[in-house]
Amino acid sequence: MEHRVVITGMGIVSPIGSNMEIFRQNLLNGVCGIDYISRIDVSDLKVKVAAEVRDFTATDYMTKIEANKNDRFTQFGIGAAAQAVEDSGISGKVDPFRFGVYFGSGIGGFNTFVSEYDVMKNRGPQRVSPHFVPKMISNIAAGQIAIRFGAKGPCISASTACATGTTCIGEAFRAIRYDYADAIIAGGTEASIEPLAIAGFTNCMALTQTDDPMRASIPFDKDRSGFVMGEGAGALILESYEHAKMRGAKIYAEVVGYGSTCDAHHVTAPDPDGEGGGRAIRLALEEAGYIGEEKVYINAHGTSTLMNDPTETKAIKYALGEAAYRAKVSSTKSMTGHMLGAAGAAEAIASVIALETGMIPPTIHYQNPDPECDLDITPNEAVSFDPELALSVSLGFGGHNACIAVRRYRG
Amino acid sequence: MTIDKIKTIIADHSGEDEANITAETTFEELGVDSLTTVEVLMDIEDEFGVTIEAAQVGKTVGDLVRAIEEAQK
Repeated sequence: MEHRVVITGMGIVSPIGSNMEIFRQNLLNGVCGIDYISRIDVSDLKVKVAAEVRDFTATDYMTKIEANKNDRFTQFGIGAAAQAVEDSGISGKVDPFRFGVYFGSGIGGFNTFVSEYDVMKNRGPQRVSPHFVPKMISNIAAGQIAIRFGAKGPCISASTACATGTTCIGEAFRAIRYDYADAIIAGGTEASIEPLAIAGFTNCMALTQTDDPMRASIPFDKDRSGFVMGEGAGALILESYEHAKMRGAKIYAEVVGYGSTCDAHHVTAPDPDGEGGGRAIRLALEEAGYIGEEKVYINAHGTSTLMNDPTETKAIKYALGEAAYRAKVSSTKSMTGHMLGAAGAAEAIASVIALETGMIPPTIHYQNPDPECDLDITPNEAVSFDPELALSVSLGFGGHNACIAVRRYRG
Repeated sequence: MTIDKIKTIIADHSGEDEANITAETTFEELGVDSLTTVEVLMDIEDEFGVTIEAAQVGKTVGDLVRAIEEAQK
């Protein structure tokens, strides 16, 4: 039995706003969430800028005691999931055994790991918190969300680095399509703006070291020099069409395709011919029943690293052929920075916003064209385009490639 | 008083108002699970200089007070 799968709720915690209304507005107005790092001491670090979440208060979603037992990444996940569940009105209207959670993190509780290591060094192993392990493990956001909403169906936490959010949404789509659940809270979360993480990402040459926040995350620009660490969470309620209709839910868009591949090439560098990412996009398009004539918006992975952006350009051309030049492409990481495991979830939401409003969110701070990145990347200002199909692409360390296809829903 | 200090520690970890905690209050009522119990015991070790095993805690706040007083003898 196959089902149509629709999106009936969304929630966001991001560097450009931690509720849907502010996020939507800032996304279409080209607001930049990147600034000098404020939460940690960066005096020893080469990297001075990041896209921090600045308007999230954990106790809006949980007690102070609960907040203490949850790492920042789980707090973000719970916040985004709570918004999405409320938005969907699904509470009490779904069989708990058919209600799932597919929610991941690229890393998990980095802050908890580091702080408890300090406890062990300074006070000995007997003082390591009993909450350390359940607070740190990367699946715990999924577990906590399931506890909170009584979701007793499949609960899975895929971790595919920067593709995590997209992988979780895509796998949730499949689970509903093939009748393993009626509704799933899907998404990703990350909170790793922490000195050890920044040092690690810096030394594997992934991060830009520019100290100008307005020229830091500049996807597809010739002057790009690396990504900017972001953080946050995104959550979507995926639901079978019949189930959503039966309970009279608001339907935002329809998930129609998913592609998942691996480069099997290198730990951090993409396969330079873009074939791995290209196949993921093509698989999503095939499942979506793409005929080549639709107006397509592509929310690119667009990290602003030297290697990602031209490789991804090749991947898009591999999948769409000549139609790649007719598509609108943008990288919303120019505004949110790279939210890592949460990126795919935030970008799926950005894609839904494009379908809903007809407006394409821009790639901001774009100045110098790169001939190797020659698609229409929607420079600097949102444009009206009225896309029918949106693709959200995510490519992660480990060679993980994931792409979901979402179709506009009109009644 | 041992019990007053223990109430403060338990209030810190459970979110319950100290005034509502008595010797008869159970850890279950306070929502103090096994993990949080271990945290409470770490604070007790700092405060009283005694090491209590999780198995010795008992069901109520009063049981814990007795375990500490026993350990202090």
